[in-house]
Amino acid sequence: MTSIPIDSAIRKPPKGAALDPVFRFLCLAAATALLATLSGVIVALAIGGWPALAKFGLGFFTSTTWNPVTDIYGAEGPIVGTLVTSVLALALALPVAFGIAVFLVEFAPRAVRQPVAIAVQLLAGVPSIVYGMWGLFVFAPAFAKYVQLPLMMNAEPGSLLEKLTMGVPNGANILTASIILAIMILPYMAAVLRELFLTVPPQLRESAYGIGATPLEVTWQVLLPYIRRSAIGAVMLGLGRALGETMAVTFIIGNSHNLPKSLFDSGSTIASTIANEFNEASGLHQSALIALGLILFLITFAVLASARLLLSQQRAV
Amino acid sequence: MPGSATLVRNPGRSARRKLVNGVFVFFCGVATLVALIALAAILVSLVGQGVGGLDANIFKLSTPAPGSVGGLANAIVGSIMLCALAMLIALVIGILAGTWLAEYGGDGWYARIIRFVNDVLLSAPSILIGLFVYVLLVAPFHGFSGYAGAVALGIIAIPVVTRTTEDVLKLQPTALRESGIALGAPVWTTIRKILWKASLGGIVTGGLLAFARISGETAPLLFTALNNQFFSWDMSRPMANLPVVIFNFALSAYDDSRRLAWVGAILITAAVLAAQIIARILIREPRR
Repeated sequence: MTSIPIDSAIRKPPKGAALDPVFRFLCLAAATALLATLSGVIVALAIGGWPALAKFGLGFFTSTTWNPVTDIYGAEGPIVGTLVTSVLALALALPVAFGIAVFLVEFAPRAVRQPVAIAVQLLAGVPSIVYGMWGLFVFAPAFAKYVQLPLMMNAEPGSLLEKLTMGVPNGANILTASIILAIMILPYMAAVLRELFLTVPPQLRESAYGIGATPLEVTWQVLLPYIRRSAIGAVMLGLGRALGETMAVTFIIGNSHNLPKSLFDSGSTIASTIANEFNEASGLHQSALIALGLILFLITFAVLASARLLLSQQRAV
Repeated sequence: MPGSATLVRNPGRSARRKLVNGVFVFFCGVATLVALIALAAILVSLVGQGVGGLDANIFKLSTPAPGSVGGLANAIVGSIMLCALAMLIALVIGILAGTWLAEYGGDGWYARIIRFVNDVLLSAPSILIGLFVYVLLVAPFHGFSGYAGAVALGIIAIPVVTRTTEDVLKLQPTALRESGIALGAPVWTTIRKILWKASLGGIVTGGLLAFARISGETAPLLFTALNNQFFSWDMSRPMANLPVVIFNFALSAYDDSRRLAWVGAILITAAVLAAQIIARILIREPRR
């Protein structure tokens, strides 16, 4: 028997083994690039925004004077505008998205379920600029004509309604911007909520129906508690989208830096201010806009981080 | 059981439960209807306003000066080039990063940080990515450029690719990895020739979703690629692209420009929907 040279076969490293650590390093480098990007965003915004923040200090957050001519910048208008439109949009979209999700999971006829679910998911991907254009050319004029004008006409002087409906009746205002935002985040939130409802084990639902619960009771007392944590996470993700949305809002909010006085007053958001002014800005004006970006980043980061924390248990999104 | 006794003996309560439930069912139906109507209204006005202007000139001529005849050829080519370069960047970095997360990172602290960072980037406001790239690439080199635009879009696409790559790789059975090792292949050969091949469908899907995400993005291009009235292949200069052209033309006072904006919106929406539908078909395939 001749001995087989097993030794040499084993000891000879397989072809290309030397490149193993190189590949591993490349992968690690790519992963680190993500971290570098996020840190880069924070650092770039902080450095770029520093001159404005240092000059105006706290006044940057509490003043509503935004004047490129005199080079004085206070961002309360855009900050409040961002928060108000996002929260309004969320308040409008959430019940509807919830209704859609429940309808698709519990009530819809089998033949309708799949097509509507797919339509909702596809529409979540329609570019935001399309929503913005529709808002500007179709929705805002119709809203001004059929809702805003009649409300303003019928509002009694001095009443709350008059206060809420004050503004130029051109449809470009806080409320229409919020409605467009709501329509935009609606398919997204409905799709996520639907997926969450589908993660509930069928036994839970069936046993609740088995003891005679109505669909409302099943939804409210069985399904919702089961997905509560992730559902809050999904809502926060929707809020994150609304906060950072630029194009849909820029078209329709009216772009004034005042603190909005009524629902029908024009306003601005952080994103729309940056989009409108950044290319013409220089010096302190540019720094103030980057500082606005930093504020937006910190707000969305807080919202997204808590959303991810809540969603981390059920990774459905 | 007093509870069930009252339940049976109290027909009023049962009727009320039924009524409240009926209202709830009605509300859910109406909510769905309202959403479908709103979304249908958007698509109808998109098609109604845009299809009429869709002719050969759109693809042959560049964006016009106000009042003259023109098309969107420069913007279409610009958008395709920006998206192509962005996708190249995103696929290389995204696939490698996703591979690291799935194959090397495991559940370690660094992998958890990267996953969190990826999630944040996935839904970070795109306009901030535009600001970042402006500070990084536009301001230091004193000029807007197609490259800067592509980098901004790439940064937005990377997290999508990373996430889907990680997810599909994790779906691959351990036996596949063991089979590679059993053959004496180095790990990186196993990953390339076995795991990537097995997950190809999923990775392509991730790429398509990323493409759908970036092809309509406007905000990050405003301060990076800017716009260009003329036809250009040169990515080191400002570059025309559909979203920014739509933005500028929609706010223009000229009817011709607005008409072009609607046509551009239709083109973008069609591209996005096509990418999503193909991705959807690819996802479904392995289940057969």
